[in-house]
Amino acid sequence: MKILVTVKEVATVEDEFEIEGTEIASQYLGADLNEWDDYAVEEAVQLQEAGLADEVVTVTIGPEECEQTIRQALAKGADRAVRVWDDALEGVDLLDVNAKTEILSAVVEAEDPDLVLTGVQAGDDSFGATGVSLAEEIGAQWGAVVNSLEHDLEDGVASVRRELEGGVEELTEIDLPAVLTIQTGINEPRYASLRGIRQAQRKELDVQALADIGIDESAIEAQLELTEMYEPESESDATIWEGSADETASELGDLLREKGVTQ
Amino acid sequence: MTDVLAVTDHRRGELRDVSYEIITAGRELADETGGDLHLAVISGTVDEFAEKLDREGVDAIHTVDYGEEFNHDVYTQTITQLYDELAPQYVLAPNSVNGLDYAPAVANELDLPIVTDTIGLETDGETLIATREMYGGKVETTNELEGEAVVTIRSAEWPQAEGTGDAAIEAFDAEIDEDAIGSTVTGFEEVGGGDVDISEADVLVSVGRGIEEEDNIPIIEELAEALDATVSSSRPIVDNGWLPKNRQVGQSGKVVTPDVYIAIGISGAVQHVAGMKGSDTIVAINTDPNAPIMDIADYAIHDDLFDVVPALTEEFQ
Ligand SMILES: Cc1cc2nc3c(=O)[nH]c(=O)nc-3n(C[C@H](O)[C@H](O)[C@H](O)COP(=O)(O)OP(=O)(O)OC[C@H]3O[C@@H](n4cnc5c(N)ncnc54)[C@H](O)[C@@H]3O)c2cc1C
Repeated sequence: MKILVTVKEVATVEDEFEIEGTEIASQYLGADLNEWDDYAVEEAVQLQEAGLADEVVTVTIGPEECEQTIRQALAKGADRAVRVWDDALEGVDLLDVNAKTEILSAVVEAEDPDLVLTGVQAGDDSFGATGVSLAEEIGAQWGAVVNSLEHDLEDGVASVRRELEGGVEELTEIDLPAVLTIQTGINEPRYASLRGIRQAQRKELDVQALADIGIDESAIEAQLELTEMYEPESESDATIWEGSADETASELGDLLREKGVTQ
Repeated sequence: MTDVLAVTDHRRGELRDVSYEIITAGRELADETGGDLHLAVISGTVDEFAEKLDREGVDAIHTVDYGEEFNHDVYTQTITQLYDELAPQYVLAPNSVNGLDYAPAVANELDLPIVTDTIGLETDGETLIATREMYGGKVETTNELEGEAVVTIRSAEWPQAEGTGDAAIEAFDAEIDEDAIGSTVTGFEEVGGGDVDISEADVLVSVGRGIEEEDNIPIIEELAEALDATVSSSRPIVDNGWLPKNRQVGQSGKVVTPDVYIAIGISGAVQHVAGMKGSDTIVAINTDPNAPIMDIADYAIHDDLFDVVPALTEEFQ
């Protein structure tokens, strides 16, 4: 069995930041592997260790600068990586769900995996829609917000739990091939070992342009246009205590006593 | 004219609140250009649901009596067929776990753009302006879309529709292709039980990722002990296995309404806030003065938890 895992480098933002146009100014941005994807990679690697998967391939859409982040997944055990990038993607503010679906489905077609794992959402733009959209596009089955996956995958069926609201889990059987969007907490993502990190440098990272995967530039023209970004007007009417930790703790202590806590 | 088709949400025999909120959101959009608001009620006791959903502003309710519980293939097939029949400008769905299990598939199948987790919507009939957050609520963005679209709405952002309506309630004759149904729900399980019920606590000392390491959890436990309070947490603490599932506050954990909720090193992501915004008094201890938790805090200390928490514990020892 072959597993494809979609991974994304997400932007992280410092506490204090400024907005320039429709972006956060780059000096306030950091980068990290998307938290949800880390769990998806771990799940795939565990399936491989259990002898169920023969190959784990990651795919990302991103510029060369994200390679270091993407190699984290290789260091944790993925076998090889595909990175799609193109000059045509350079100026795109926001790659919408439809464009991502288009690109990823072309890679799925070329790789022909039995199982695709994605994160539930990306921590930066939080659309939470790409995995299910991709499944529909490639004619696969799917399950969103999966927080448990049985590792026997008997008879071409995945037994999963979908995490619903309010502490309720739905037990579902999903036919393969399928796309599962993976929720945090499904496993304990490992730290890459030094050996893993060294090996990752030598693993194959294949770069594809849109034309290489048979995609016309017009297909990625975003239909959703980001027109404004601003800091939300603070609705806060909080009383803010200032001073040393002893002073603020004592203010809070007074409040708690007033509220009748610990008498 | 902007007709809107809004899909309602139910689980285990109960309509979820967002079903009434989506009526308000859908009505507002339809009103901007004088269109109609259609509701889709799929699976379960649809007639009973339709009666409850017939509130002010609903023009038509289409019921599909097929199966008991949510199945994304049934939803996807039904909604695409309703779309073909009604030709609405917008398909609205809740940004719930189930909404995200069919709305992207509906959009892709219909070749429509999708915008998810919206908190504000406006239209002139042609251009949709959707407001949504990015970076865990640190910024808001507006996004424009031309023409038809699939839109999911965040729960608790629109008020619930009230009153009684006089919607035309009709059974919609959906053709469900059973061969195309590739998943089967075999059951449900409640998780997060056990010895402690945080929703019963009067005072919660709640810890988030700001605590950094498992080894630091004891400073929170010591504070809780000194205050005779109960320890709860945000999700990452439970994901990491530092506290059991029954301590998790939020969308996928417990909803709590204590007299005092002390959020320590918790940013206030929407899924967390969903579980604690009903607390009487909210205190936030966070180094980031712009953390979204500040929006709902009554009292705040913008400082390092590793300084403030031990000082507070000492006060009460
Ligand atoms: C489908 C779904 C369901 C979810 N369900 C839930 C749920 O039920 N409950 C839940 O909580 N989350 C849930 N989440 C996750 C949620 O989106 C957030 O990722 C999570 O709430 C973040 O937890 P946090 O605030 O502890 O961590 P972070 O967002 O990382 O925030 C840490 C905070 O600590 C502060 N901090 C850091 N160091 C210090 C210090 N030394 N002193 C003081 N402050 C410090 C930082 O400024 C920051 O604000 C869900 C997500 C999804 C997609």
